[in-house]
Amino acid sequence: MAAKLRQIAFYGKGGIGKSTTSQNTLAALAEMGQKILIVGCDPKADSTRLILHSKAQDTVLSLAAEAGSVEDLELEDVMKIGYRDIRCVESGGPEPGVGCAGRGVITSINFLEENGAYDGADYVSYDVLGDVVCGGFAMPIRENKAQEIYIVMSGEMMAMYAANNISKGVLKYANSGGVRLGGLICNERQTDKELELAEALAGKLGTKLIHFVPRDNIVQHAELRRMTVLEYAPDSKQAQEYRTLAQKIHANAGNGSIPTPITMDELEDMLMEFGIMQKEDTSVIGKAAGM
Amino acid sequence: MSQNVEKVLDHFKLFREPEYKEMFKNKKENFEYPESDEKLVQVRDWTKSWEYREKNFAREALTVNPAKACQPLGAVFAAVGFESTMPFVHGSQGCVAYYRSHLSRHFKEPSSCVSSSMTEDAAVFGGLNNMIDGLANTYAMYKPKMIAVSTTCMAEVIGDDLNAFIKTSKEKGSVPEAFDVPFAHTPAFVGSHITGYDNALKGILAHFWDGKAGTVPALVRQPNNKVNFIGGFDGYTVGNTREIKRIFDLMGVEYTVLADTSDVFDTPTDGEFRMYDGGTTLEDTAAALNAVATISMQEYCTEKTLPFIGEHGQQVIALNSPIGVAGTDKLLMELSRVTGIAIPSTLEKERGRLVDAIADSSAHLHGKKFALYGDPDLCLGLTSFLLELGAEPIHVLATNGNKQWATQVQALFDASPFGKDCHVYAGKDLWHMRSLLFTEPVDFLIGNTYGKYLERDTGTPLIRMGFPVFDRHHHHRYPIWGYQGGMNVLVKLLDKIFDEMDKDTSGIATTDYSFDIIR
Repeated sequence: MAAKLRQIAFYGKGGIGKSTTSQNTLAALAEMGQKILIVGCDPKADSTRLILHSKAQDTVLSLAAEAGSVEDLELEDVMKIGYRDIRCVESGGPEPGVGCAGRGVITSINFLEENGAYDGADYVSYDVLGDVVCGGFAMPIRENKAQEIYIVMSGEMMAMYAANNISKGVLKYANSGGVRLGGLICNERQTDKELELAEALAGKLGTKLIHFVPRDNIVQHAELRRMTVLEYAPDSKQAQEYRTLAQKIHANAGNGSIPTPITMDELEDMLMEFGIMQKEDTSVIGKAAGM
Repeated sequence: MSQNVEKVLDHFKLFREPEYKEMFKNKKENFEYPESDEKLVQVRDWTKSWEYREKNFAREALTVNPAKACQPLGAVFAAVGFESTMPFVHGSQGCVAYYRSHLSRHFKEPSSCVSSSMTEDAAVFGGLNNMIDGLANTYAMYKPKMIAVSTTCMAEVIGDDLNAFIKTSKEKGSVPEAFDVPFAHTPAFVGSHITGYDNALKGILAHFWDGKAGTVPALVRQPNNKVNFIGGFDGYTVGNTREIKRIFDLMGVEYTVLADTSDVFDTPTDGEFRMYDGGTTLEDTAAALNAVATISMQEYCTEKTLPFIGEHGQQVIALNSPIGVAGTDKLLMELSRVTGIAIPSTLEKERGRLVDAIADSSAHLHGKKFALYGDPDLCLGLTSFLLELGAEPIHVLATNGNKQWATQVQALFDASPFGKDCHVYAGKDLWHMRSLLFTEPVDFLIGNTYGKYLERDTGTPLIRMGFPVFDRHHHHRYPIWGYQGGMNVLVKLLDKIFDEMDKDTSGIATTDYSFDIIR
């Protein structure tokens, strides 16, 4: 019997590089011989673009809408095979401004489970959009779904704020289900004292900074070719970084902590401690630069 | 076996047969983990105590048997009151089955209403396609003159935009451009059926008066001397509306009943099926803008509609389901005031007859204690009537009543010597009522059919009034408004009082010294 299925999920502020980080990391895990299934939980359906070399057109929900109902779908219609046999499914969702994308995530995940999409996989990875805005986007962290959550963040205030919010979502389900926070992944933005801040936030949240991914333009070069760095430049330094991250996640072996989210005030205090914000200097609030 | 082909038992008898009794006993013992009989009695008695009542009233996060329904039910009720109008509920199918069955069970009439049948896909992608197909099908199959759209929870949670959807549907040819499709957002998790009635009626009036969603110029009011009448969500709509029309005709007042449901919920059996019957014509609905005044018989059913009408230049009069002498006096005097038409002597005689009847029976009504629950306006009307009779409405409860309503009820209590021991309960449910009936017992309970559980539980005789009444037939055909309506309510109360009096004095050679022929 194969090793127990590991279900992991990547969360993080929109635009932080979740999909890029997750796909590169999962490509590295595939290199290690792991059988991977990616479930994209974003209506934009761009969570598997680098693995498939194209944006997935046939999402679960677009096909369901064509067929008339989810029950009329077959698994092979929605499952695509990409780099190193990574299986990819995009849940898809409605156009911006209509319907309910959260419900779409629930529908898709139920469909995949009922139709045995997870059979034979070592890893299922959920890539979830932005913040945990509603119950639907919390679906991947409910009971019997992802056990380890990795939050992609950076040294930017709002990215840390989002990481804290996601921790609240994880906490909510940690007591009823088995979900744990696997760690923070800092995607370098070259902000002030970024590594220290990320480590400090990880400490406050009761987790660890699992890896600090340095910024490297090669990621952009690979993205333009709709490829992961692992595939585009397997010998590059950046590819090695993702391999390290993949090994760390693999070595984590399903463990994690119950997060201890902090208040907005505590978050600001932390920024003051690191001198990013000046203590007691309330005069800067609301002031434009050059005043 | 206790039954065979020759002898088929109905459910009343069948389950009393020994084999079923045995089965129920085994089921209880083997599968229900029964508590001992002593424990059951102990807990049941505890739930009757003041201690339990206090816990019950401290309850915050739980509602048990709310005496209210949800918004779309009221929206459907309002919509069928217009000529050849099909109510169209945008959302899931089961919800619509509920409105239809609820109305059918009360009025014992078919209830036509369609659903856009949203499924999981529609929940994700939005219900636009359901609206497009649904309107086209409704128009083709049921040939209505108007389709009035409301919504269920599902469409509201995902934020479907009715205005935009209906416009798009028309562009796609579901119904002709000029076809009337008024709409109202009626989230079922907000307010109650009376809120839905209000929203739907306002939606329909706004459609006709304010330029049909920007497609035609808004109407300009050209005042006349007609009066608009709005009955509100009313279980007695058939009898009440006809009685009101009779009164208006007697006075010689020209009127328009808005949302006139009296015929659609009372179609004759003469060989012809009427999917639509009666109702306010679309022309009259548009022309209702010109009326001198609008009278709403139920203020809490028209909280948005009435101000909307007022803003269009009419006088608006909000009543609270006036029942009895003073209530009807007020209705007639307001009507006389806005039209300048005197109240005819025929109605004065009817008034005198009601006063006479009340006086005849007053010995049996004086000081009788009542508990009542229902919609806010009905509660106000009944409270006022009971006080007028010298009875005491000890507990008055409305789950969909608010603080303002409670203040109004309290004002009625304060204005009568019979109101001094009475209390009003806004936002409470029937489980609260149960505690009230155990800790502060009353002689009679007034409420809808669901009150029969309270009657069985607490032994308080139930007088069925309100909506729904499923288990007694045809009461909706008799008015409770007007002097005649007051007479009907009086008789309802007295019948129960005398029935109970007979029951209480029927013990042979023990209590039957008072088992009298004359009461």
